[in-house]
Amino acid sequence: MSLSTADVQKVARLARLAMNNTEIEAARSQLSGIFELIAEMQAVDTTGIAPMSHAQDLSQRLRADNVTETNQRELFQSIAPQVESGLYLVPQVIE
Amino acid sequence: MFNSSLTQLGAALRAKQISSVELTQLYLDRIATHNPVYNAYITVDAKTSLAQAAAADAQLAGGQAQALTGIPIAQKDIFCARGWRTTCGSKMLADFIAPYDAHVIEQFNRAGAVNLGKTNMDEFAMGSSNETSYFGPVRNPWNQNAVPGGSSGGAASAVAARLCAAATGTDTGGSIRQPAALCGISGIKPTYGTVSRYGMIAFASSLDQAGPMARSAEDCALMLNVMTGFDERDSTSLQRDKEDYTRDLNKPLDGLRIGLPKEFFAEGLSADVGSRVAEALAEYRKLGAVIVDISLPNTRLAVPVYYVLAPAEASSNLSRYDGVRYGYRAPDYTDLADMYEKSRAQGFGEEVKRRIMIGTYVLSHGYYDAYYLQAQKIRRLIAQDFTDAFEQCDVIMGPTSPSTAFNLGEKGDDPVQMYLSDIYTIAVNLAGLPGMSIPCGFGDNTMPVGLQIIGNYFDEARMLNVAHQYQLATDWHSRAPL
Repeated sequence: MSLSTADVQKVARLARLAMNNTEIEAARSQLSGIFELIAEMQAVDTTGIAPMSHAQDLSQRLRADNVTETNQRELFQSIAPQVESGLYLVPQVIE
Repeated sequence: MFNSSLTQLGAALRAKQISSVELTQLYLDRIATHNPVYNAYITVDAKTSLAQAAAADAQLAGGQAQALTGIPIAQKDIFCARGWRTTCGSKMLADFIAPYDAHVIEQFNRAGAVNLGKTNMDEFAMGSSNETSYFGPVRNPWNQNAVPGGSSGGAASAVAARLCAAATGTDTGGSIRQPAALCGISGIKPTYGTVSRYGMIAFASSLDQAGPMARSAEDCALMLNVMTGFDERDSTSLQRDKEDYTRDLNKPLDGLRIGLPKEFFAEGLSADVGSRVAEALAEYRKLGAVIVDISLPNTRLAVPVYYVLAPAEASSNLSRYDGVRYGYRAPDYTDLADMYEKSRAQGFGEEVKRRIMIGTYVLSHGYYDAYYLQAQKIRRLIAQDFTDAFEQCDVIMGPTSPSTAFNLGEKGDDPVQMYLSDIYTIAVNLAGLPGMSIPCGFGDNTMPVGLQIIGNYFDEARMLNVAHQYQLATDWHSRAPL
């Protein structure tokens, strides 16, 4: 299967990855090779087979609705790229 | 002393023949000498390790020692350890100081073990050669031009070069077993759900599983005793009674039924690897085992299925790296979207970006059924193959990797060739079964060959028994590259 340049550009945008034209072309060629490998599974008849999302059949555990974590804002913000007055700073979103 | 088993080290520590501080310093000295060549460790923090060792010595003096108290263990840099830089092999987390301990790290701390440092790995565990690490490739101690395998390449290299007593690894598609095979050591990926994933940086959550990498099956059993256990903070952690994985080590193998899948000995397997595996099977016959021919008919589909499911899960898991709360942020950007896109483009390496792109594509509108859902259906067929096979045999054996260690740079430009080197290990993760690799000789290029042992769910104690009996009869596991 061969991907178009527009396909790769769309995926890069969805994945929030900045890519220039050279990178898009390189990705297009490598991804096409990988999708050729993946295409092998397309021919398999899976009628009536239930999808397997997980190795074990588990149901979600529940717990009592109690506070289990303490406030560690200062510790967590000590590794943030940019903080001010206990807030995470990002470029302005709303005018 | 650095060639001793975990049992011998534990005995020496308890008999006061050596202190934990002395033993830790011995390994730190070896790391200082050899790590500039092997690059097996990303972070070493001698002061913290020696403080842990001093605390272990106090426990030993007080007679409160457990099996691993005072023993220096190398931790894969995928496990968050409070106060330790935890990079996952990525520029994205190059300056990330973990604010909490992974469950695995807590377990080793409770056992009194010493954290000797954080081992190198493929970026976000995506790779089979350790060449995708932001911190540079690891070298194979058996031949410095060869790769150690991946993604737990630093751990495998460190164990083989005797730069730690034992190490932890993680295995999403073979990342414990393949580097163990390529570096001539023993490693086991237990049944999915037996080791908590809490604090283990996520790649593909339905496949990721941690396990030990060590010099022998016996050492692996002692490590597994510490690593396993229920943890409510991992929603897929299994509520089971704690096991002693050493309990069956000394059982005889009379009547053991070993299944040989014909698909593991077909086209693509190097002749020398095939010969060493055949010799190992001959040894097992001598030990009383019987060989049963089996078939895992969907084996060839495991790689394509994996390269849909694992990137799909990865693209979702790695969306958290946005340059806001932690991790790398690009220095220049115009607005919020630009900040996200540049931070991710600059913070992730090529292979990680490639897999995020594959995952994003297969999950995108219009492709979900054709790729993701189809892959999940075939995943069930692959798992069913194993269920059928285990009606006829107790364990399955075959090669771990189709060839011995390849050279650095040899497969760098061709992701598909690299992906195919995990052909025998991937199906085990898809099914959630336990898998192991132990050394069984050397190939034509004098590099180690790994024998893979696959067990039924929760059959780790039997697999360790099967591996241990072989290691009592042979000495491949005690060969060292030094």
